[in-house]
Amino acid sequence: MKRAGFRNPWLPILLLVPQLSIIIVFFYWPAAWAIQSSFYLQDPFGFGSTYVGAENYTRLATSVEYRKVAWFTMIYTILVTFLSLGLALLLAVKADKVIRGAKTYRTLLMWVYAVAPPVAGFLGLMFFDQSVGPLTEFFQWFGWDFQLGVGYTDTATAMVMVAVWKQIPVNFIFFLSGLQSIPRSVREAAMIDNGSGTQRFWDITFPLLAPTAFFLLIINITYSLFDTFGVIDTLVKGEPGNNPVTLVYKVFIDGFRGNDLGGSSAQSVVLMVLVLLLTIFQFRLLERRIHYT
Amino acid sequence: MADITQSIVTTAPAPRRKPIKWGVVSDHAILIIGALVMILPIVIALTTATLPDLQIEKEGLSFAIGDQLDDNTNAALFEQSGFSGAVTGLSMLTNSFILGIGFAVGKIIVGMAAAYAIVYFRLRFGTFAFWIIFTTLLLPLEVRILPSYEVIVGMGLTNTYTGLIVPLIASATATFFFRQFFMSVPEELVEAARIDGAGPVKFFIDILVPLSRTMIAAMFIIMFVFGWNQYLWPTLITTEESMYTLVRGIRQIIQDQEGVNIPEYGRGIMLAMLAMLPPVLIVVFFQSWFVKGLTESDK
Repeated sequence: MKRAGFRNPWLPILLLVPQLSIIIVFFYWPAAWAIQSSFYLQDPFGFGSTYVGAENYTRLATSVEYRKVAWFTMIYTILVTFLSLGLALLLAVKADKVIRGAKTYRTLLMWVYAVAPPVAGFLGLMFFDQSVGPLTEFFQWFGWDFQLGVGYTDTATAMVMVAVWKQIPVNFIFFLSGLQSIPRSVREAAMIDNGSGTQRFWDITFPLLAPTAFFLLIINITYSLFDTFGVIDTLVKGEPGNNPVTLVYKVFIDGFRGNDLGGSSAQSVVLMVLVLLLTIFQFRLLERRIHYT
Repeated sequence: MADITQSIVTTAPAPRRKPIKWGVVSDHAILIIGALVMILPIVIALTTATLPDLQIEKEGLSFAIGDQLDDNTNAALFEQSGFSGAVTGLSMLTNSFILGIGFAVGKIIVGMAAAYAIVYFRLRFGTFAFWIIFTTLLLPLEVRILPSYEVIVGMGLTNTYTGLIVPLIASATATFFFRQFFMSVPEELVEAARIDGAGPVKFFIDILVPLSRTMIAAMFIIMFVFGWNQYLWPTLITTEESMYTLVRGIRQIIQDQEGVNIPEYGRGIMLAMLAMLPPVLIVVFFQSWFVKGLTESDK
């Protein structure tokens, strides 16, 4: 707050009302509703609901299917996060180094940021298609009979590849801006002390990038968990069947297709706890974040 | 970095011909491969869209160029599809623009207003309001899908622009971004304004908004792209085809292609291209603003 603030009593309230009322109506109310209905079992024919205590949660905990989905979500998140971070870091380091064409590379490597996940998923659908897809053909050279939407691992591979393709640009932008904010003097000192490029990277550049990398780690986990909904929905064509899906997609399917209100709400609450944990983790990291510059 | 390597090379006894620097070559090779991975899917999709659907079905996606681009583009823009026949590429394009612009403008207005109230007023519950706004980060749409949908149904806002846009415009990101910027505006400005007798409204409109122009532009670009690319929310609450956005329409294209002998590949690809063109153009042309907005708002 500014020292010399205005003292108008009603104007700030008026200014805050739009934001706060949207938050209450469309954030708090639904969240509270989800928590409440996670303790109820909805009658499938719409005749009221009965309080069942924690039954929805115990049902989740013992469900083989839910465990399978959770397991897939974890592996998927790890793969997407680390592949897209690693590849983006490599590209950012190179883009920061070259002189000729630096701007062109930057543009070419970041524009995919603007592509919506379902559009990326649609392209994936065509490229991994069984009859027309060039990537399927490519896999067949190696004797891999790739069948999108039929084979569990095949669909999972396509999901990871599309999600990584879509996420590299964001990481690239942040890594590049992190690299470019390393002061010249530090780079030059490192250059004099250490001739080997690789060692210089691990000893000097990488630690200096660590704050950016931690921040991106959280961003990427959130992306894999939530924002890839569009990728998954398009790749399974809205009908998951036996295909792998993530936790968020299961909330959607159970809630809207399965009409399992209590179960879907319990899953929502589990995800809320997950987001809360991620946020706490992020803040702990931010607190400890070391600034060298 | 590169300057130094060069100066080292030039101080060394100069050889007749410049030796090839394999390090630099491999840097470029990696960047070119990366750029190709990013751009080739689009190039192949575009060349494929110039072919007749029958040929695509037989031979797959390819670099070959045919003469169907006009037809496919026309089909994408004007062909009526869906059960009602009310949905064309053009109607979806309009809806996408309404969503993208409404989303961005809404977030900026709501965020700026809240940030202004928090930074420039002596408010007893200012910090409290700030924390309430912060908690929205803990409740992404994906964790409250079903109840949010029920709320919108209860309010009778399905298939309306209000229902499409308003629930999405509460924004911790925009509020923090403007709060950060307002805090960096020199204190003397508001003091001077007050001495000159300017009230809070006049100060905001005549001084703060003009000062924030680049911030607003950067935020607009990011939020427009973000809004345009919304998928889950439009999928839930627009069931009427005339309300579809392009990104929402992707779902329809995929369903249209299911179980058909020869799917309309060309039209589908052109619609997908149309769905990505405006945000991509904005990101490419306003690159520096976009990067600034992105890296400064998230940190």
